[in-house]
Amino acid sequence: MQHYAWNWGILVTQPYVFWILSGLLWTMLVALAGWVLALALGSILGVARTVPNRVVRALAAAYVEYFRNVPLLVQIFLWYFVLPELLPEGAGRWLKRDLPNAEFWTAVLSLGTYTACRVGETLRAGIESISRGQTSAGLSSGLTMAQVYGYILLPVAYRVTVPALTSEFINIFKNSALALTIGVLELTSRTRQIAEFTYNAIELFTCATVIYALISLVVTYAMRIAESRARLPGMIASQPTDA
Amino acid sequence: MIAIDKVSKWYGRTQVLADCTTAVARGEVVVVCGPSGSGKSTLIKCVNGLEPFQQGSITVDGVSVGDKATKLAKLRARIGMVFQSFELYPHMTATENITLAPIKVLGRDRVEAVARAHALLERVGMREFADRYPANLSGGQQQRVAIARALAMEPIAMLFDEPTSALDPETITEVLDAMMALAQDGMTMIVVTHEMGFASKVAHRVVFMDGGRIVEDAPKAEFFDRPHSPRAQAFLSKILRH
Amino acid sequence: MRIDIPFIVDHLPLLWQGMKVTLLLTLLGIVLGIALGALLAIARLSGIRPLTVAAAAYVDLFRLLPLLLIIFWVYFLLPLWLGRPIGGFYSALVSFVLYEAAYFSEIIRSGILGIRRGQINAGLASGLSYAGTMRHIVLPQALRNMLPVLLVQCINLFKSTSLVYVVGVNDFLMAADVIGTKDNRLIEMYGFVALVYFTACFLASLAVNRLQRRYAL
Repeated sequence: MQHYAWNWGILVTQPYVFWILSGLLWTMLVALAGWVLALALGSILGVARTVPNRVVRALAAAYVEYFRNVPLLVQIFLWYFVLPELLPEGAGRWLKRDLPNAEFWTAVLSLGTYTACRVGETLRAGIESISRGQTSAGLSSGLTMAQVYGYILLPVAYRVTVPALTSEFINIFKNSALALTIGVLELTSRTRQIAEFTYNAIELFTCATVIYALISLVVTYAMRIAESRARLPGMIASQPTDA
Repeated sequence: MIAIDKVSKWYGRTQVLADCTTAVARGEVVVVCGPSGSGKSTLIKCVNGLEPFQQGSITVDGVSVGDKATKLAKLRARIGMVFQSFELYPHMTATENITLAPIKVLGRDRVEAVARAHALLERVGMREFADRYPANLSGGQQQRVAIARALAMEPIAMLFDEPTSALDPETITEVLDAMMALAQDGMTMIVVTHEMGFASKVAHRVVFMDGGRIVEDAPKAEFFDRPHSPRAQAFLSKILRH
Repeated sequence: MRIDIPFIVDHLPLLWQGMKVTLLLTLLGIVLGIALGALLAIARLSGIRPLTVAAAAYVDLFRLLPLLLIIFWVYFLLPLWLGRPIGGFYSALVSFVLYEAAYFSEIIRSGILGIRRGQINAGLASGLSYAGTMRHIVLPQALRNMLPVLLVQCINLFKSTSLVYVVGVNDFLMAADVIGTKDNRLIEMYGFVALVYFTACFLASLAVNRLQRRYAL
């Protein structure tokens, strides 16, 4: 350790400072785009897991089981290396050669579809926790099943699962580092790259650590505020008072 | 046998017990009652040191509870306690619940402890449920097992913390019957309860608490016939109307 | 496109070599991770202020970071500190233990906190010491409550070991990757890896569910 040449200035030296910033940008892009996909697909899955139709439920369950039980890294490799081979020749070639930023889109697709299964399970639990009484109430007032989901079950499920959804969002942020395995130059990848050039690994990984930690903390804090605003009176059990 | 002398207790800044003084003689049954939040549960938890107190003193059979040198575990082993929510250990059968402390604390032989547990279960009318888990027993049955569990340590006194408050009306009687039998056998008992029927039948004295203070401390007959304080009068008229 | 099954069969012995590394990493990660996690949980519940704060800070920090970043930290930093290279396997193992311990400790802690205060009171009131109450009453119940979650975390760890790919450890995925790249058979190899992971994790999850139903208190 005594031979380590400290140089915190490396973090603000050109071109490294721009590499780090562009890495951060890609991390955010992958995570946010993946999250949009995850939330959309996850909502569909959450509904599909709870509807009366058996076939729909089974299909959604199969989706969840696949994405839950295969390591995310393997899923990324399947999307990136195997999918183009399985498609018709033209489509496969387009994916491999012509699609701009193919690595980025693959990362978004992988993270989004993977996180969707976790979002779906979270929403399913939220829906199940309220569905019995609320569904009968909604149906008996003349709403259709679709309206019951749209106006009652989903809106309430989103609200009661805010803490769990927040931690899924932070997970997708953390998992976005896996995009480096297919060549997306995101934050972790960039800091490692610079560390290899300059041997200032400690400074660079400290920088990455601080950035990841800050993002997670800010998101957690923001969601806590949002949650208290969106809280439905009586829905989240308060601490029981003890005599 | 139990002497409570000028006991005060605070949670942070809020005072929950103020200058409480009373005593319980050997073989005496004392019922503690009062509105919720009056500090009655807290007071009996102070008796076996489950709750610390900041001022005053409590002695049980000559041992000071608040004294730092007192081995609380040793003292507690001699005082039985029954809780509002039973607190049977859910991972153990009725028999195992009863034998745990005798084996681990008193070092009793297992065979002997089990035999004694079965005898105690017999006494509370629960012999046939000896190998059931708490989840498979009704509330009243659980509470009777809890009484047997406390008796297994051959206590010199028993504390009851609202033993029937969490029970369905139809199972309250079976628990009260077990407690009455115990009182008639001469057990020293402090019972926190709203069951005034029980109090009028077996209590020797009634202690009435309000706002952390002992407002009234009188022989049973006097308490029911001529309560001094307006608070106790109001409480009694409310409770007895039911 | 044609799936070459005999190709997979021919390479099973090599793949098994990789799987052995994966299993060893998983096993060591579980044992050491739970050990460190238990220490952290005890520190956090100890009520001794510096210990509580240190354990909480550790757990919170490690749960904020990507596992990959931690692997790189260890991979670069540990040799610097020790003055000699330690290789991908040990780097990865140390990372898994440090990272998973944060999660294990939270599972253990909430398992213990899930036991109601009344149970502790009942134990103390019967004359058991604090340690005796912990040992005979709180921990057996906590263990039962936390066991399913703990096992799910172990399955997650098994899946996470595939990340050692980035530091070149020859685990199951890497073995398949090497074979597939050499003979241009990535489809078979990645497909097979996915199938094996899926089957193992799916069956393990089923077993955990069954266990949970049987031992629910």
